[in-house]
Amino acid sequence: MNFSPIIWKEMMLIRRKPWRFLASSMVMPVLYLVTFGWGLGRGMNVGGGNYLEFVLPGIIALSAMNNSFGPVSTSMNISKLYTKTLEEVLVSPLTAWDITLGRALTGMVRGLFSAVMLLLVGFAAGVNMHLSLNFFIILTLTAFCFGAAGVGAAMLARTHEDMANFNSFFIVPMSFLAGTFFSPNQLPQPFESLILAYPLTHASLLLRALASGSEPSTGSVLVLAVYTLMFFSLAVRLVKRAGG
Amino acid sequence: MIDTTNLTKYFGTLGAVQSVSFSVNRGEVFGLLGPNGAGKTTTIRMLTTLLSPSSGSASVSGYDVAREPLQVKRTIGVIPQMLNLDIDLTCSQNLEYHGRLHRMEGPDRAARTSELLRFVGLWEKRDTAVEHLSGGMRRRLLIARGLMHRPQVVFMDEPTVGLDPQARRLIWGLIESLKRSGITIMLTTHYIEEADALCDRVAIMREGKIIALDGPAALKARVGRYSLECIGRQDIPRKFFPTRDAAYEAGRGETCDVLVREATLEDVFISLTGERIEG
Ligand SMILES: Nc1ncnc2c1ncn2[C@@H]1O[C@H](COP(=O)(O)OP(=O)(O)OP(=O)(O)O)[C@@H](O)[C@H]1O
Ligand SMILES: [Mg+2]
Repeated sequence: MNFSPIIWKEMMLIRRKPWRFLASSMVMPVLYLVTFGWGLGRGMNVGGGNYLEFVLPGIIALSAMNNSFGPVSTSMNISKLYTKTLEEVLVSPLTAWDITLGRALTGMVRGLFSAVMLLLVGFAAGVNMHLSLNFFIILTLTAFCFGAAGVGAAMLARTHEDMANFNSFFIVPMSFLAGTFFSPNQLPQPFESLILAYPLTHASLLLRALASGSEPSTGSVLVLAVYTLMFFSLAVRLVKRAGG
Repeated sequence: MIDTTNLTKYFGTLGAVQSVSFSVNRGEVFGLLGPNGAGKTTTIRMLTTLLSPSSGSASVSGYDVAREPLQVKRTIGVIPQMLNLDIDLTCSQNLEYHGRLHRMEGPDRAARTSELLRFVGLWEKRDTAVEHLSGGMRRRLLIARGLMHRPQVVFMDEPTVGLDPQARRLIWGLIESLKRSGITIMLTTHYIEEADALCDRVAIMREGKIIALDGPAALKARVGRYSLECIGRQDIPRKFFPTRDAAYEAGRGETCDVLVREATLEDVFISLTGERIEG
């Protein structure tokens, strides 16, 4: 196993432009937080608590997804189609497994970073949350899951447009629907079931449950784990097909 | 060090490489010469495990490219046609990254980085980001990167494409000193002088097939060592002669202004195909 060079390179890139890294991982979550938490949600109550308390775990899950999937898929897509730097890795003795793992881990780190920043913002705003070890385990799994999905998407996309389509047809709908801003059981069937098919829905449900101190559902953990395995093995297969 | 048997690659119905067979010996500089679209890059991509052959087989350093890609990757250095450096990293970071990909130890990486940056004349630029380098400098860095892990076999796809004559000579010098160090080199080019000056043997490729394969001198001897042409008359075919005197002799009989010169690999290509290599 030798995925560390990929992490090393990512660190060098971040070190070169730390502010860009910070800004790019913070803009979207803070916008969501301001719009839906303070703007829309002030004085609104969901299930007894205030809306900000309800929405923050969802936005944390969303942010873990976006900051993991987005940078991984974009940079890998560019390196495959445009700069061809992916070929440098493909002709090196790294296996497809190493490449996928290394890339997914860089996504995971980015996703976790933005989630932790959001947590800090939330605390500063006085939001009450239970932070357990399990909360961070699920957060990490979520970020890794979408990092692996990012690798898969980048390897699947034959053009930059394909990549944009992935975003418009999967990521954006998921961002709005997958239990971030409202609870899926508020929707009538069959929409509720549809939304329960999204991996992000389960990440939101789990983080929300954990943050409020209640028991998370084993079913959701399982769904998230299965998605992670699926995305990862698909990504490995696609990297292998490309010559890795 | 490199062996191919009926190596073939189809993209849909397009036969980019068709039943190509050759062997490259240890320490040899082997050239693939041919016009755009001849299949040079496709051949190299199969040998460097980036493309799987449609049929036929190939081995590098004794390892089969389809069945043992990881072993092949450990022994080869690849210097691609496209400049795929990380432009946000510095020269030495690019080499360090490559060293890490090949599991070189820290002190060895540092020593090899400085050795190679000096070798390609980029030591002063070691901490400069690649985005601030000229095209020729990037080409040289690309060569240094491909050599970083001390490969036994090096593939260079169009190592001097798009460079001015001075930058090209510099790279020729590098390749010649590599050759003296005993590395096996396979390069592609569509520059005639390049194949002539650098290669021990040249395979001339056209439309996916090798149409001739030999040392440059032997290839030229096939058509005749000296060529006679009418200046400014592309329509009159060139004629070839074994000696300069014979060419002059024949020239006296022509009604046009004649030019006698040594035959080149371009003449070989023309006599085989009736076409020119370079646009
Ligand atoms: N991925 C691909 N899909 C479809 N066709 C391809 C692909 N790669 C190459 N080809 C085609 O295969 C043929 C050979 O291309 P190749 O790149 O090997 O030529 P080349 O000899 O390297 O040319 P050049 O001197 O321009 O680099 C060309 O007709 C090209 O269009
Ligand atoms: Mg080419």
